[in-house]
Amino acid sequence: MSSKAAVVSTQTPDWSERFGALAGEALHPLLKEYYEAGCIAPDTPISDVPMVAMDFETTGLNPDQHSIVSVGLVPFTLKGIQLGAGRHWVVRPRLPLHQTSIEIHGITHADIAKAPDLEDILDPMFEMLRGRIPVVHYRSIERGFLDVALRWRLGEGIEFPVLDTMAIEAHLHPNRRPTRWQQFRGQKPVSIRLADSRTRYGLPHYAAHNALIDAIATAELLQAQIYHHFGPEAPVQDLWL
Amino acid sequence: MQAELIDIRNHMANYPPFDEMPEELLDRVVGTIEVEYFRAGTRILEFGKANHWLYYIRSGAVEIYRRSGELYNRIGEGEMFGQFGLLMHQKVRFPAKALEDTLIYRFPEEIFRLLFENDDNFADFVEVEDNSRLRSALSRREKSNELMTSRVTRLITREPVSAPCTVRLQEAARIMTDQGVSALLLMEENKGHNDLKGIITDRDLRTRALSEALPSETPISDIMSEDLITIRDNAFIFEAMLTMLHNNVHHLPVMDKHEVRGVIALSDIVKYESQSSLYLVSNIYHQQDVRGLQKISRDVRDSFVRMVNEDANSHMIGSAMAGIGRSFTQRLLELGEEKLGPPPVPYCFMALGSMARDEQLVVTDQDNAMILDDSFNPKEHDEYFLALAKFVSDGLAECGYTYCTGDIMATNQKWRQPLNVWKGYFTDWIENPKAEALLNSNIFFDLDGIYGKTDFAEDLKTLVAEKASNSQRFLTMMARNSLNRTPPIGFFRSFVLEEDGQQRKSFNLKRRGTAPLSDLIRVHALACGSRAQNSFERLRAIGNTKLLLDDDLGNLRDALEFIAIVRIRHQAIAIEEGRDPDNNVRPEDLSPFERSHLKDAFQVVSNAQKFLRFRYNAGVGRNVQ
Repeated sequence: MSSKAAVVSTQTPDWSERFGALAGEALHPLLKEYYEAGCIAPDTPISDVPMVAMDFETTGLNPDQHSIVSVGLVPFTLKGIQLGAGRHWVVRPRLPLHQTSIEIHGITHADIAKAPDLEDILDPMFEMLRGRIPVVHYRSIERGFLDVALRWRLGEGIEFPVLDTMAIEAHLHPNRRPTRWQQFRGQKPVSIRLADSRTRYGLPHYAAHNALIDAIATAELLQAQIYHHFGPEAPVQDLWL
Repeated sequence: MQAELIDIRNHMANYPPFDEMPEELLDRVVGTIEVEYFRAGTRILEFGKANHWLYYIRSGAVEIYRRSGELYNRIGEGEMFGQFGLLMHQKVRFPAKALEDTLIYRFPEEIFRLLFENDDNFADFVEVEDNSRLRSALSRREKSNELMTSRVTRLITREPVSAPCTVRLQEAARIMTDQGVSALLLMEENKGHNDLKGIITDRDLRTRALSEALPSETPISDIMSEDLITIRDNAFIFEAMLTMLHNNVHHLPVMDKHEVRGVIALSDIVKYESQSSLYLVSNIYHQQDVRGLQKISRDVRDSFVRMVNEDANSHMIGSAMAGIGRSFTQRLLELGEEKLGPPPVPYCFMALGSMARDEQLVVTDQDNAMILDDSFNPKEHDEYFLALAKFVSDGLAECGYTYCTGDIMATNQKWRQPLNVWKGYFTDWIENPKAEALLNSNIFFDLDGIYGKTDFAEDLKTLVAEKASNSQRFLTMMARNSLNRTPPIGFFRSFVLEEDGQQRKSFNLKRRGTAPLSDLIRVHALACGSRAQNSFERLRAIGNTKLLLDDDLGNLRDALEFIAIVRIRHQAIAIEEGRDPDNNVRPEDLSPFERSHLKDAFQVVSNAQKFLRFRYNAGVGRNVQ
């Protein structure tokens, strides 16, 4: 099962070079500082990479129409996820809460009313992001929403590398949808959703859903994926996107 | 702790010792957790490496090993490991390996210390509850290991002191005094060789010479003990201990083939291991009345628990407990003879059942009988023997060996008979087998002479060994009876539970575990004409005849050891918790490791019963409903 596999496609930049360039271009001090902290060398073994699992709960899937409701971050390495260092923030969305997402997140209008704007938590957020590679499950959400949110608030967007546990699962299960014939033979589609992916690695079920627990769940999933498929020596450039 | 981590806190709050931990403290613990994933087969802790974490299994399963590489335990969700390293020098004592894909929560040493010092429940748990065995095994292992790994020669501190067996009483006593020894070996010249012929001890001088006021010129050969129990020089100390316990001797000549290399005394071993059951045994012989015996009988349970904590195996524990029971019986017989005078005709006091098999535990009743010399005349002699039997039986009851409910005791006239009557009993059981009768006399096929003319018991063993293997009908009946009790395992490897006295669902580890096993081993042993009584020794004898395959024998041995040791631990835990030990085990009292291995062991019993049914043609129904 330890087949080495590169998830990466050719368009992935060398993030360590890219950060050098972005540091020069960035105008807002927060982003400048972020890029200047640098990005780890591409050939660094994954076991030496400082990471931060990141999860956003949002009011929907489209960054241009929907908004971030909560943020969960937890710093970790392959050897350990520091639960105590994990942070969770509820933030006030710019757009009205969509009814269906309320049920999912358990965040109510009352919570939102008291919550700060995302802008107010950017300092502690970036404190945790600096020098660490973000790990997410389905990068379009975290990348897209953070980029749009910063454009609105700072006047410029953000680029950053991610390790995407869902992309890894997608890569490992290229033929997720069985053909009609396979369906007839009883083959079930492979789900690469966070909870279903975790089950494949014997990871426990979490009853609660909030951005911090999901970030932790994502960090655990990445550890499992590395130990099962890539090994601690795999260079980070094989996996980042 | 972030409120969003409540899921993690709630998981821990389901498992001891965190279930009783104050919320604020538990929150603090959760804030220090580091999570790490281990793929199945990965090493988590390696022996001797530094460790500064306590490990909690969030999901998956972990195997814990002994230093020797032997599997110690299997633990799962909600269980902890690594505490022994933390308690002792921060070095890994018990290596750990992920058995399944495992998610670990680990806590730093500082939080472990904080909990250990501030939460008594936690401290008790890591110290006592979870792993009293481990921990006490750790602190005591080396000591008990010495008994099990050191040779008897280590106890020999001087050349053997001997004299020709032609010396007189006074001369023998003078040699012993001059040399400062408590035992003198007596040699006989035989074709230029000096062969060991007998032994005389301090105790013999007191009981056989002084108390009888023998003249100093009495030949020592008149009072010396012959047919000596000896031990090989390559034997382990614990074997010497068991030999002494079994034979009630306090001195053992250590032999290198025919040469005596030295003598070891009970006191040598007691010095070596002052807590051992031997100490208790030697104490038994110092008691001057039933009250004294009754008083020290309270130590029997402590001695039992100590052996369990020292990681002794079931054979050692069973032998030691039987040895203690024997010693009580023997001392009571001595006291009885002091009170009633010497016996009018020779007799043998016989142990039956578990004591005879060397498989006694703490919850036990007395099963015994008397074989009298054939010159026995009921009118003249029986009053004496009844009084003696009653004295012993009452004394044993005082010491915690309850009366036999089936009345298999020497106080019952039927079981207090001359040798020829006994021979008649056994001949009848074997040659005219009747199921119902055999069910009740089963217990007589585990017999051992423990006092007096033990030759009588040996005669009976010989008779059984010779006749039983030739009576197919007898073996069939015995096999059928042994199938009456089946292991508590259902079709899908689930435990079959019964309600115990307190309406709790449990299974009886004796009735449905060790007893059916020793029953079926007995049948095979009888079939191959073995004289052995102990189940492990019987298995060895069966192995020599190829009646069973080596694999099957190995499985039976392992199953017996495992069921017995689980039963023993169950009783030891009850004693430590101040409850009355019993044989009823609830599945939830067992660790997942014990549960799974017990099922394997019961499966072995079940298969062995199927083979027994086939081998002895015992398939047609059951004898008794």
